[in-house]
Amino acid sequence: MKLLKSLGVSVLTLSAVLASASSMADKLVISNWDGYMPADMMERFKKATGIDAELALHATNEEIMGKVVASKGKGYDVIFVSSPFVEALNKLDLIADIDHSQIPNTKNLYKQANNLKYDKGNKMSMPYAWGTTGLCYRADLMDEPTSWNDLLKPNDKLKGKVTMLSTDRWLMAAGFLSLGHSVNTAKQSEIEAAKDVLIEAKKSILAYDDATFYAKLVSGEATMTHAWDGWCNYGTAENPNIKYTIPKEGTDMWVDTMVIPKNSKMKKEAHAFINFVLSQDIGVWIANNVMYKTPNEAAMSSLDKELLKAYPNLAMTPDQIMAQEQLRDLGKTQKAYTKAVTEILASN
Amino acid sequence: MRNSSRNWLLIAPGLGWLALFMVIPCILIFALSFFERGVYGGVDYNFNFENFQRAFDPIYLGILLDSIRIAGTATLVAILLAYPAAYAISLAPRNKQTTYLFLIMLPFWSNYLIRTYAWIVLLNREGLINNSLEAIGVINEPLNLLYNEFSVITGLVYNYLPFVVLAIYSSISKINPEVREASEDLGAPAWKTFLRVTLPLTAPGVAAGSVFVFVLSVGNFITPDLLGGGRLQMVGNLIYDQFLSARDWPFGATLSFILIGIMMMLLFAQAVVVNRQNTDRTPKVKEELESLKFDASMTQQEKAHA
Amino acid sequence: MHSATTGTFLNSHLKMVYVFLYMPIIVLMVLSFNKAGLPTVWSGFSFEWYGKLANNDAILNAAWNTLVVAIVSTILSSILGTLLAIGVEKAKVNSGLDALLFAPMIIPDIVLAIALLSFFTLLEFTLGLHSIILSHVVFNIAFVCAVVRTRLKNFDYSVLEASEDLGANSFTTFRRVMLPMIFPGVLAGSLLAFTLSVDEFIIAFFTAGAGSSSTTLPMQIYSMIRFGVTPEINAMATIIMLVSFTLVFMSQRINKGVVQ
Repeated sequence: MKLLKSLGVSVLTLSAVLASASSMADKLVISNWDGYMPADMMERFKKATGIDAELALHATNEEIMGKVVASKGKGYDVIFVSSPFVEALNKLDLIADIDHSQIPNTKNLYKQANNLKYDKGNKMSMPYAWGTTGLCYRADLMDEPTSWNDLLKPNDKLKGKVTMLSTDRWLMAAGFLSLGHSVNTAKQSEIEAAKDVLIEAKKSILAYDDATFYAKLVSGEATMTHAWDGWCNYGTAENPNIKYTIPKEGTDMWVDTMVIPKNSKMKKEAHAFINFVLSQDIGVWIANNVMYKTPNEAAMSSLDKELLKAYPNLAMTPDQIMAQEQLRDLGKTQKAYTKAVTEILASN
Repeated sequence: MRNSSRNWLLIAPGLGWLALFMVIPCILIFALSFFERGVYGGVDYNFNFENFQRAFDPIYLGILLDSIRIAGTATLVAILLAYPAAYAISLAPRNKQTTYLFLIMLPFWSNYLIRTYAWIVLLNREGLINNSLEAIGVINEPLNLLYNEFSVITGLVYNYLPFVVLAIYSSISKINPEVREASEDLGAPAWKTFLRVTLPLTAPGVAAGSVFVFVLSVGNFITPDLLGGGRLQMVGNLIYDQFLSARDWPFGATLSFILIGIMMMLLFAQAVVVNRQNTDRTPKVKEELESLKFDASMTQQEKAHA
Repeated sequence: MHSATTGTFLNSHLKMVYVFLYMPIIVLMVLSFNKAGLPTVWSGFSFEWYGKLANNDAILNAAWNTLVVAIVSTILSSILGTLLAIGVEKAKVNSGLDALLFAPMIIPDIVLAIALLSFFTLLEFTLGLHSIILSHVVFNIAFVCAVVRTRLKNFDYSVLEASEDLGANSFTTFRRVMLPMIFPGVLAGSLLAFTLSVDEFIIAFFTAGAGSSSTTLPMQIYSMIRFGVTPEINAMATIIMLVSFTLVFMSQRINKGVVQ
């Protein structure tokens, strides 16, 4: 019928128009978390190098990993992912080697940042920000916690007023560390033990919260939360009584990194971007605005002392950070971790 | 009779779209259920049924049953809320009905995430609902309205209620008022008319609405995550975890495969029930009413002439 | 027809349903004036987030993209879905076809998302806003079809036959007899499709092209979750609500005027 025909034609034309519109831009494509870089980053980059770049967003590591695996990284030139995923991407042959000769700003990095276990020598990734995981709490409502067990087996005053992270690696890490095991363990007995501890712990928590736990501290809904150090600073910014501490059993160390997909068609420009990111200015911006530590020595050493006083975890030295265990990809043990996490989250 | 080639013209574009953009891509993924997760998250192409064996682990069965229970409750509540609402809208003046429908849908053009955060503000221990109830003295201690099954079901009902209203409205607004009138002329009380005439005739709408809520609830992962505080695991979370956290596409495909199989069976059962109701009863009911109406009007005429 | 008490009951019920639906909306509107950067803690009245919104190109751009995707996919799926519904209801319904038509609703969205992305990658198909549209039409067809079919059950086809007997060709019969009769169903289905598309995140995320030209509002908002959903988003939602409200009431006025 005439209607259908004309419709068919318009669908195809529309598609073609939209398709051509989106492919017109031959820009560098960066995928990052929202608010993790200066808002005018792309303008600054263009001014410094003349290269056009645009930003795509992802909300979690898992999502961008899913997308990259399904699309083989096509369409992206630089991707920000956390360290455990770098190894996986490499083993899946999805990322390219980094040519250090194109990144002179590596001189800004702490020497420790060149010796990260998941990528010694930064051959396939470049570190952007790093930090630890610990306990973020209201110092005016409770005494400083000293152990992971303060979170997992809270005293009566704290029952129902604590939150935990539910992202699998960090949830399990809390269990492992409280028992003195490695956060990367592959021993089934240790996984079971941690699982049992965490199932018990679930009964005393208010909720699992990966994103708004600091808001719960500010409102008083929660008194202590399982938190990444940079996030805790957002709470501190709202209420100076919110403090961060690392339990005596230790914790894990994570790094947010930049990688270049093998299928990128603009690798030279991608390197230029990474180099630009490693400059001192950008490092200072990260610390001031995102309130995360960056492995950029030139930047960290130039920070305002007042900032470091207000946010003590920004003053952690690289050695202190590196003293924590680094999260590694689990290989085939990942299945066991995921199953354990499912059992914990589904338990009553 | 029905021109079957013309029928094919009607069906072909939609069917073609589904075949190309759903059937084929999904076959590619479901095929993965016969393979295994590679060490780093890729796929090891060695054909086996291990994933299906894994799927019958009691933990997954438990999650499935819980999800069905929660989704079922949400569906029931949604139907009970939506039916009278849809009915009320269908009774409103014609030109206002569209406005009422738009007003039902409007809240859902804001964002899912923000609405969910708004519910958190309403339901938490220091939240608006608890504060109001305490202020008027109904309760002394805040109620635990959040991070449990209650809040998850509330969230599910809230987010899918409009869909049910639309589906039921579509069915109700089609009923010829004469059929209702005929039944009442014959002396049936209003509730009987409702039960034996209106309700069966609106069964397709109720069925469609139920399917929407149930299916969308079972696969939902944001609501159990945020409103349930991550304390509830539903099938949606489970499948997301396999594809995204575990990077175990083969197992995720297996679980989805099984889930879809179960849903298909439920839908099939529902379709059989609805079709049997519709094909069997309605023409007969209509016929009877027509003949009785004729008799009734004849009696009236006789009275008039008398 | 209906007793007065039934009428009152139904109307109060409808009012309560509206209260239920709009409670969180009012909360989020109020929170858009929240001074603090948190979506859940009130700390004072301020317009600053509206100011920030006006300058936030990313959000505004994403909102526009969402509108385009929703409108185009709704139009396409309404047409395809309605035709499908008509064809399926006329023909002898076989359960295989029924299953196929329900499938897009049953398939978990993450599966559809990954399946489509893998498929597009296999075909070396360029991604962009158009790939999101293509993907949204998939599930929208199913919803439109399901809703229109409820309207078509027990449809009195004799009316169409009469029209054709009187000399109208099949296209005119469709346009002037059938379409008006099923219109409430088509409208309901379209409304449903639009709403689903506007709020859909995971399929959009996976099938979008890289870059801001293919970012939709849900994608933008979800991506803000790591660093906090600020009242800016509430401001955006409030504006969307107000604009939609205005459109609805304006069209109601126009309708009234036309009727009179």
